[in-house]
Amino acid sequence: MTDVDKEKDSRKIKSVGKMKEIMTAYYIDAKTAEQTGKKVAWITSGGPVEPLIAMDVIPVYPENYGAMIGASKMGGDLCQKAEELGYSGDLCSYARADIVCSMIDGGPIGGLPKPDMLICCNNICGTVLKWYEIQARYYNVPLFIFDTPFCHTEYADESRRYVRKQIDEYTNFLENACKKKFDHDRIKEVGRLSVEGQELWQEVLDTAMNRPSPMTCFDAFFHLALIVTLRGTQIAVDYYQSLLEEMKQRVADGISAIPNERYRLLWDNLPIWYRVKWMSEKFAAHDACLVADTYTSAWCGQLKYMDGDNFLDSMAEAYTRIYLNIGVDEMIKIVLEVVDKYDVDGFVIHSNRSCKPYSLGQYDIQRAVQKEKGIPSVMIESHMIDERSFSESQSETRIDAFMEMIKQKG
Amino acid sequence: MERLNDFYEAVSDTGNYIRNLKDGGKKVLGYLCSYTPEEIILAAGIHPVRLFGTEGNITLADAHLQSYTCSLARGVLEGALSGELDYLDGMVFPHTCDTIQRLSDIWRLNTDFGFFADVVLPVKLNTESAREYMEDVLRRFRSELEEGMGVTITDGALKESIEKYNRIRGCLKTIYELRSADPGILPGADVHAIVKGSMIMDRDYLLERLPEVIEMLREKEPSTGAERKRIVLTGSICNHPDVYAIIEKSGGVVVWDDLCTGSRYFEGLTGTDGDPVKAIVNRYIERLICPAKHMSNTARGDSLVEMVRKNNVQGVIFLLLKFCDPHDFDYPYIKGFLDREDIPSMLLEIEDQLPSEGQLMTRFETFIHML
Repeated sequence: MTDVDKEKDSRKIKSVGKMKEIMTAYYIDAKTAEQTGKKVAWITSGGPVEPLIAMDVIPVYPENYGAMIGASKMGGDLCQKAEELGYSGDLCSYARADIVCSMIDGGPIGGLPKPDMLICCNNICGTVLKWYEIQARYYNVPLFIFDTPFCHTEYADESRRYVRKQIDEYTNFLENACKKKFDHDRIKEVGRLSVEGQELWQEVLDTAMNRPSPMTCFDAFFHLALIVTLRGTQIAVDYYQSLLEEMKQRVADGISAIPNERYRLLWDNLPIWYRVKWMSEKFAAHDACLVADTYTSAWCGQLKYMDGDNFLDSMAEAYTRIYLNIGVDEMIKIVLEVVDKYDVDGFVIHSNRSCKPYSLGQYDIQRAVQKEKGIPSVMIESHMIDERSFSESQSETRIDAFMEMIKQKG
Repeated sequence: MERLNDFYEAVSDTGNYIRNLKDGGKKVLGYLCSYTPEEIILAAGIHPVRLFGTEGNITLADAHLQSYTCSLARGVLEGALSGELDYLDGMVFPHTCDTIQRLSDIWRLNTDFGFFADVVLPVKLNTESAREYMEDVLRRFRSELEEGMGVTITDGALKESIEKYNRIRGCLKTIYELRSADPGILPGADVHAIVKGSMIMDRDYLLERLPEVIEMLREKEPSTGAERKRIVLTGSICNHPDVYAIIEKSGGVVVWDDLCTGSRYFEGLTGTDGDPVKAIVNRYIERLICPAKHMSNTARGDSLVEMVRKNNVQGVIFLLLKFCDPHDFDYPYIKGFLDREDIPSMLLEIEDQLPSEGQLMTRFETFIHML
C-alpha cells in the first residue's frame, strides 16, 4: 500500500462494511418474504413506517431502490425505457425507473419483492400519489393513502384532526391486510426505538459541527439508508450507536473527512446519485467539505413533535410537518439555522428536475441566504438518477467559479 | 360569431374587462383551479376571475421558477410581478399539484394584492374523514374571506350563489350537449370563448347571456357540410383557441372534453337543500376528477372511456402542458384504456406556445385521416 492509499484508508469510515451487511440482510429478508410467510409493504420514504414494523410487515422503499439504481448508473437506461412506455422524460426519475423495473423484473438486485400492499404518504410530494396509483394498478394490491395536508404557514386544527383519524384508518387497513389485530403494546416499543434512532442519527449529523468535520454529506447520503428503511428497529438504533461512537473517535483522533478542510459547505436537495463520488472528489480538491445538507436531516428534523410515550398521536404531527411539507419561508428559516449551526461558507443548491416540491422555491431560498448570511451559492441542475440529463463540464465550471468566490472571500 | 363579441372581448383583453367591472366597485379575486369554491367568493359579493397565464414573454418569473415549471405557473407569476394582474384584490390557491403548491408560497412571499388564502384540500376524496376535512377547510376559507375582505357570508347568500352557479354550469353543459348533437352549429373557438369567458365575466351578466346563446343555437338550422370526425380533448387547461380551428380544418371537430377549463368546470350540480358548504363538498366528490386528486385507481380512465362512448367519439387528443406531472403520470394508463377499447388517440404536448399551424395541421390531419 502506498502512502497515499494508507492516508486514504485511514479516512474511510469503518462502519460502511457493517452498513452493507445490514442492508444485504434486509433485502434478502424482503426478497424471501414469500417463503417465510411475511407480508411486504412498499412505502414512501417519508411515510409512517412504525405501524408496519409493529405488524411484522417488511417495509420496502422504492425510493431507496431508486438511489441504488442511481448509484449503479442504471437510471438513464431505465428512464429511457419508461419514456418508451409513454412516461414523459420530465417526470421524477425515481418514479420512472421504479415503474419500469416492475414491468421488466429488472434493475439492481433483480428487482424489488412484489408488494402485498402499498402505503403512500404525500408529505414528500404529489408524485408519490401518481406513482403508487400506477403500482396499485400493476400489482393489483390495496393502496393506503396517508394524506398529510401541506402546511404553508401552519398546522391547522382541521389538518390535525384529519391526520389523526387517518392513523386509525391506517391501523384498520393493516388489520385487514394482515388479518390480525393491531398490536398497541408493540407500537409503543417500535415508537420508542424510532425516536431513539432518529435522535442518534441527529447526533451523528451533529458531529459535522466539528472543525474539521469527521464526515461529509456524501457520507450522510450513504448512512441514511437505515434511518429510512429500518426506522423503529433495534438494528437501526445499534447501528447508529456504533456509527456515532466511530464519529466521536474520529473527532478525538483528529481524523477529518477530507485531507485539508478549509471551507465548509451546505448541500440542498437530494444527491445526484450517479455523481456522488465525482462531486465529493471535486469539492475535496478545493479543500471544501460539504458538512451538512437539508436532505438527510429530514429523517430527524421533526423530533420536536415526536413523543416516544405517546407515539401514535405525536406521529401525526411529526409526519405532517416534515421539511418538504412546509412553506418556503419556513424552509428558509431552517436553512439559515443550519448555516449558523454548521458554520458554513457556501451554499450548493441542487436544482433537481426530478423533485419540484424540493426545487421550486430554491431561487427564493438562495436569495434569502445571500441576503441574511452573505455567503456565495451555486446552483447545479440534474435529474437525480437520470445521468443523461447531467452536464459534467457545465457543473464543473460552475463549481470552480463558486469555489473561487469563496476563496477570495476567505 | 358576431353575437359572441362580448365573450371574445372579455377573453382577449381580460384586464380591460375586469378594470371596467371594478369601476362599478367590485372586488376581484384570482384563482387557477376548478376546485376553487367560487360559490363562497361570489356569495361574499366578490368577483372570481380565473387566470390563464400570460401572452407576453416570461422574464420576471424566471427569477423564482426554474425552466422546468409549466407555462401556466410561470405565466401567472409573470403577470403578478409585471403588473398585468394589478386589478386583483387577492388570490386563492386551492391545493392542486407540487408546482401550484410552491407557486402559492412564492406568490405569498413576493406579491402584495391584499387578500391571500391557501385552501388546502384533501388529496384523496374517497373517505369519510377526507370529506369531513374538506368541509372544515371550506368553512375556514369562508371565515378567512369574511375577515380578510370585511364581509359577512350568510347561508342565504351562499345558497343564492350556488343556485347561480348551477344555472351557469347547467347552461355550459347544455351548450356542450347542443354542440355534441350537431357539431356544425358552433365552431370550437366559440365554445372555448364562452367557457373561458364564463370564468372571467360578471356572473349575473352570464345568467342572462348564456340562455340567450342557447336560444340562438336552438333556433339555428341543422348544420350541413362534410361529416367530421368526432374528437374529445383531454388534459389540464386549454388556453389555445387556435387548436379548435386547426382540428376543424384537418377534418375533425371537438365534441366534448375532459379539461379543467372545460367539462371539469361545469360537470355536476350543487345541492340546494341543507347545509350549503356540505353541498359544495358533495359536488367536488361526485364530479369528474383532476389527476392531482385520488378517487380510485382507474377513475379517470373509466370516465374518459365512458365520455367517448356517450358522445360517439372517434378519437381522443391528449392536450398536455409540458411539465404537468399529474397528467404526464396518467397519460400511459389512460392511453392504455383507450387502446384496449380500440379508441385511437394522439398526444400533443404544449410548451409556452403552440407549434406552428402548418406543423399542427400535418399532425392532426394524419391522426384524423387514420380514424
